[in-house]
Formats: sequence, structure tokens, C-alpha cells
Amino acid sequence: MRVHTRSDLEKLSAEGIAALYPSRLKISVGMATCGLATGADGVYHALRDEAAARGLDLALVAVGCIGYCQQEPLVDVRMPDRGRVLYARMTPERARALIAALAQGALPAEGALAAIRENGDGSEPAKDLPPLEELPFYAHQHKVILRNSGLIAPTRLEEYAAREGYQGLARALALPPQAVVDEVSRSGLRGRGGGGFPTGRKWQICRDAPGAPKYIICNGDEGDPGAYMDRTVLESDPYSVIEGMVIGGYAIGASEGYIYVRDEYPLAVERVTQAVARAEDAGLLGADILGSGFDFSVRVVRGAGAFVCGEETALIASIEGGMGEPRPKPPYPATSGLWGQPTVINNVKTWASVSAILARGADWYAGLGVEGNTGTVVFSLVGKVANTGLVEVPLGLTLREMIEDIGGGGPDGKAVKAVQTGGPSGGCLPARLFHLPIDYETLTEAGSIMGSGGMVVMDEETCMVDVARYFLNFTMDESCGKCTPCREGTRAMHTILSRIVAGEGTPEDLALLEEVAVWVKGAALCGLGQTVPNPVLSTLRYFRDEYEAHVHERRCPAGVCRALIRLAIRPDLCTGCGICQRECPAGAIRGEKREPHVIDPELCTRCRLCHDACPEGAIEIVR
Amino acid sequence: MIELTVNGNPIAVPEGTPLLEAVRAAGVELPTLCYHEGLAPYGACRLCMVLVASPHRELVASCVYPVEEGLAVETDAPEAVTARRLALEFLLSRCPQSAVIRELAAGEGVTASRFGAPPPEKADELCMLCGLCVRVCREAIGANAISFIGRGGERRVGAPFDVQSDACIGCGACAEVCPTGAIWIEDRGHQRILHNWNTTVELHPCPACGRFFAPEPTAFLKEVLPETAELWGMCPECLRQRAARQWIEQDVVKPT
Repeated sequence: MRVHTRSDLEKLSAEGIAALYPSRLKISVGMATCGLATGADGVYHALRDEAAARGLDLALVAVGCIGYCQQEPLVDVRMPDRGRVLYARMTPERARALIAALAQGALPAEGALAAIRENGDGSEPAKDLPPLEELPFYAHQHKVILRNSGLIAPTRLEEYAAREGYQGLARALALPPQAVVDEVSRSGLRGRGGGGFPTGRKWQICRDAPGAPKYIICNGDEGDPGAYMDRTVLESDPYSVIEGMVIGGYAIGASEGYIYVRDEYPLAVERVTQAVARAEDAGLLGADILGSGFDFSVRVVRGAGAFVCGEETALIASIEGGMGEPRPKPPYPATSGLWGQPTVINNVKTWASVSAILARGADWYAGLGVEGNTGTVVFSLVGKVANTGLVEVPLGLTLREMIEDIGGGGPDGKAVKAVQTGGPSGGCLPARLFHLPIDYETLTEAGSIMGSGGMVVMDEETCMVDVARYFLNFTMDESCGKCTPCREGTRAMHTILSRIVAGEGTPEDLALLEEVAVWVKGAALCGLGQTVPNPVLSTLRYFRDEYEAHVHERRCPAGVCRALIRLAIRPDLCTGCGICQRECPAGAIRGEKREPHVIDPELCTRCRLCHDACPEGAIEIVR
Repeated sequence: MIELTVNGNPIAVPEGTPLLEAVRAAGVELPTLCYHEGLAPYGACRLCMVLVASPHRELVASCVYPVEEGLAVETDAPEAVTARRLALEFLLSRCPQSAVIRELAAGEGVTASRFGAPPPEKADELCMLCGLCVRVCREAIGANAISFIGRGGERRVGAPFDVQSDACIGCGACAEVCPTGAIWIEDRGHQRILHNWNTTVELHPCPACGRFFAPEPTAFLKEVLPETAELWGMCPECLRQRAARQWIEQDVVKPT
């Protein structure tokens, strides 16, 4: 249907409510990339086939990411008037059993993770299950950017409309453009790509800049290892981003927008492309949107796989068909961006926040988070932490609340040693700083960055020198090579770090490493180069003792660096079961059955497979 | 005019001037390799780093920093000197055979590099990736025959797929602007060989002396710039001789 007036929007929303809360059984499967990676596709088909075989009438829906990665695949079952339950770690077999139980009219207890209160019909949630929002993983969370993620079918416009979708745009179009900019300024929203520049101020600069046409760009070139916030938003709720861009276009006076998505995100590309087409069909993109006389169109551009294209000037060069290389600023894109025209470029999460801010008002948003750091931020909580997943919290939450409460601390009770925020160019903060609040200034002051939202937790078995080397290896490969500091300096830092983890470092190496890191940070051309040294500088600052152990004592305290450890079997614990012998890919373990085994240090590659496999814990890492 | 100070000395320059030019106008020399007044500033070599001490303290590449009213620039601030020295030390490690880089480095007090020597197959490397060749070919010539290939440490300059370029007109501007002499162009008989780009272009013979001198792909210039038709029609040496003869005939100069 065409949506041209407010009453059309209401009709669309009513359709959406009927789809979200049908009068028959509804099963939603979390089928963003995270779910698919753990087998959600098989679960979906098992549910469908089993229901068909049993003649069970149901609405089976593929939704986006439900957020709790640790518990994937997740299945959300809603039975009218009987409640709504979230099932975890679903398998095709368990899916068939679930359908069998549902065919009997019961919401089975097996595999149930939590009760979902929001049910659409006011029925009581299941009493014997904890409500979802009271699970430790969800307790601190507040979903704004991810407000629809996992709750709607991502490309169904009516379901988006049913959850306040396009209310923000309708409101914005009734205001003068300057009032929209003011609203965003008042909300306190700052760029969620990591820079933290006040969004309203950026819009104002662009609005005031001479020149036409102006452009809107959505930066969806998320490339940090272990980060998947933007991917999830684009896969799970593309309209929230598109709506935000239309609002931005109206505010600054642009009628064309680009969504730049990395091509390694095929599902995100597909869903965004579908959503753009659907919004065009409905008249929510194109000419005379909602009868306002305002025109706006969106094009999807696929990135070609360069990390540096997440940097705004490199991204713009890439859209223009050039090589993805940053250029010096100023001029900033707000005055001279795409094709040299004034351009607002914001991150996926920023755009998704904009649509919510316009729908609910700046005051509501400014009430979230803390003074100067308002609103919410999404992190992908990964690494050595019990609960991994996509987490959205108000700014100002402490790192400890994030890691201990939401994340549940280290896996298997191991102590958490550090956390890295902000992707490969973020810094590593030690556990003694976990009292710090998560906000732009605090993280920067502590030597890290907010970044786009990667949060990698490290436990006592992580070597911080090795971590620094790992990230430098990534940024060395991803440096575009344009400026001398980033190209040559990053490689030099990697060489020095490789020397240190190989046990060949010297005390002079530490000084040289620091000298180069400080230089690259100060002299590199773009934001990538200027932050590349963060993992080095922060680990030198907080974990210098580990560096010194490597250099002075030829010892890796975490027992990670292969050149500095040795594996040995304790004869008093070894039962001679032979598991280690079978696991060892190097054939380095010998021993008679039921006799203590031994490791040949000449053949051993220190891969530690035996250590991880030994049921007796008899294999020790000699540091 | 924009007024600023360089090492405490006031200077006024037109708006839009790169800070580098203002510093030079103030009589302070800074090393550069990727800067060329005929091309858009690029900011890649990071040799021209200076400290902007006020209004906000910031280390900047002066070639890409537009002058602002009231800037206080310090070229000898320790962080600026260190930044220039480290850049030169790294370039010295990349191109130890480059006399130009050795000289610039020595000018900043850098005579050896702590960052090792290039691998044997790159021992004679002269290219330090300033991009002047790529930019002159694109911005000034409009041929777009060469570009950067690869990224990070793999970055280099070449023609697409390293095969004979159809876009190259053999003008040689790339070699002309190259600050380190990394581009080898050779005229051999009726051909000009652009070794770095694996490209060979045919040369046009001088109708007077028969010497091959002008790349055939530049013939279009006769139509685009009719005033150059004469230059293209005869080699520079024959043009010179003809002019000399004319001057003698017209009594402009007398043979001695």
C-alpha cells in the first residue's frame, strides 16, 4: 500500500500489529547472521516441516538478532492468551519436539530461557520462568537502537510501523527543518561510529554550508574484528536506519542518501536493499514523502573490503569510484564531502537513534545516560566472558557492570584481566579500572576509545603483548599505505612486537616501540592511523610488567607466547589414557598405555591441544 | 591577507595558502617529498610536520593545513622535529640508496636508521610512495594511466595489471615530477620505454633531421592546442637551429 498521509500510516501500523500479534500460534526464529551461524536455518526448516506434518497452524517468522549470542539459536514462541516464551540453544530435534508439545496446546518448559512480557494481548507471563528483562544479561540493558531487533520481521514495513516506525519522520516533516536540527542537538546524541562528535552540531554545520545538492551518507562499513553491531542493526531493523536518513535529509536540505555497507555482510546488503525497495513502493522514499513535498531517495553502495573505508573521507572516495584512501581534513565532509558537496555522514547506529529521538522527543533521549553522554550505545561483548552477545546500555554504565553483571565475568570462573574497547585501534584497560564509566571522554582519557562498539574481554590466559601484536597485525594489513607513519610505523611496531613475543626483544626495543607508537599517533594522516598505536600504548601503560617479563626474563606470564613456554606432563597426574597422544598433531607425545606419557620438546609446537584435551589436567604450561 | 606567526615572526599570506608556503615565505625551510605547487596537496610523506601552538596545540602536516588568522606555528618544537626525523628515518630505511632522501635526512640530523634495511630484492628501492607521478598523470595530464596498487606495505605504483597501458601517452611527466628519480624512461630508436609501467609508446620522427622525439599518442595535442602544433612538428634541436638561422637572416644577431 502507498503511505501518503498520517491515516495511511495508522492503517499500516494496524496491519503490523495484526502481524506481530496474530490470533494464532506465532514462532519467531532469530535469523540474523549470528543465528544462522549457529544453525537457525535448520531450526527454522525443522519447525516448518514438523508443523506441516502435524497440520499445526502457525505463523513462522524469521526475525533479526535477539541479542543473546551465547544462547543461539533462539526461538520466540507466542501462544495467544497463553503467554510468550523464549527458547534457547534450539536444535532441529528439539524444534520438532517443541512443535509436538505446542500441537498439544502446551508451552513446554524444556529449553525455555525466559518469559517475554510483551505479548500484545495482556495475558500473564509464565510464572515459573524468569522474565527476560530480569535475566542478568538483560537487566542493565535499555534498547533504543536495537528496539525492534529480534521482534519484527526485518523487511516487513508494517511491523516496523507498528512499533512507532515512521512516527519520527511524520513528526519531523511537520516541523521546520531547523527545528529538527535543534531537536537532535537538544537530545545530546553524539556520533555512534566512535568519534562522538555531536550529531546536531554536525548537521548544523552542513545545513549552514553553502552549496547544493547536499548528501546524506550512512556509514555501514563496520570492519573491526569481533564487532557486529552495525551488521545486526542493518539485518534486523533496516527501516530504523532509512527513516533516520530521511529525517537527516529533511533537516539539512538533502534529497539523496547513500548507505555504504561492506560486501562481507551479504545478508545486511540484501535486507537493506529490500527495505529500500519496499519503502520506495510505499512512497516512504521518493517524491513527496508523506505528502510533505519533501523528496528523498536512497542508494545502497557495497564496499569492497577495505577496513580503512570506515574512515569517512576514504568511504566518500570509495563511493565516488576512487581508491579507498583518506584525505586530510579540513575540509570536513559537512562542508565538502561527497562530490565536493556538503555531506552529513553518520554511523548506522546514529541513524537508528535519530528515528527514535524524533519519535519520542529529545527530552526522553537526553534523560538516558549521563550529562554530556546521553542515550544508549551498543556493544558486541565478546572474548573471554561468560555471556557473549549484543548489548545496548545507557552511557555511563561502568565497565564492571558491563563485564561482571551483563557478561557474567570470565568463563569457567577465570579472572578477567583486561577489556579492549573500540576495535583494533582501541586500547586495553586493566581490571583495576573497571570502575570507570563507559563514556567518550573517560575511555579516551584512559587510553582507549569508544569506537564503534567492539568490547573484547581478556582473561588471565591472555598475553597482552601477544594481543597488541595481534591487533597490529590486523591494522598493518589494513593500513592503506598512503602516509608514512601508518604504513612504515605500523609495520615497525609489528616487527618489534614479533621480536618480543619470540623472546628476542631487548630493553631498547621497548623504548623504540613507544617512540614509534607516539609518533604514529601524532603524525598519521587519518583517524585509523592516529589510533593504530592505542593497543601498544595502552598495554605499555598498564601491562608493562608483562613486556618486561618477556624482554628481561624471556618469560610469558600468561603462558601464551610459544617461544617462551614449554609443555610438560606431570607423571603424578598422568593416567596414560592416550588422549593427548591422539590429539597431538606433531606426534610429539610418547608413552605406553596406562603409563605416564612424555612430550618431546623438539617435536612439540606448543599448540596446547594436549593441554586442552587432557581430562586429568596433567599437562602443565611451563612458563 | 591572513596574519600568523612562524617561530614568533609575524607574516601575512593570502587566504587559502597552505601553511607550508607560509612557513617557507617566513624563510624557514621544511623538507617535503609529496608536495608540488602545481598539484593538490596530498599530505602523505609527513615530512613537513610543524607544531601549531595556538589557538589549539596540534602537530600538523603543514602542506595540507590551510592558514588561519592568528596561528602560532613552531617549526622547531621538539615534537615537530621528532616527527620529521622519524619520518625521514623510516624513509631512509625504505630507500637507503636514494641520494635525495639521504640529503633531506642529513638536513634534519638523521644519518642512519634504526629500522633496518630493505629486503635484498628491494635493496635499490627509490620509490617512497609520495604519489606525485600518480597525481600528475591524473590531475595535470588527465591520462590516469597509473595508480597505486595494493595497500599497506604492499602499496606500489603501476599501470593496471602491470601490462602495457593504453592510457599512457608517454609524456614522461611522471618521471619529471618524481623527487627521487625512481621512474626510468628510456628512448630507444623509435620507441619510448616506460620501464616502471611496462609500457612502450611509438615515437614520431622529426621531419627535418629524422630523430625520434615526440610520443605518437600526444599527436592529439595538435588539435586540442593548435599553438603547440609547430612544437610537435619538429624536434627541439631543429626548432632551435631554425630559429637561429632566422635570427641571423633578420640581422637579430650576427655570427661571431
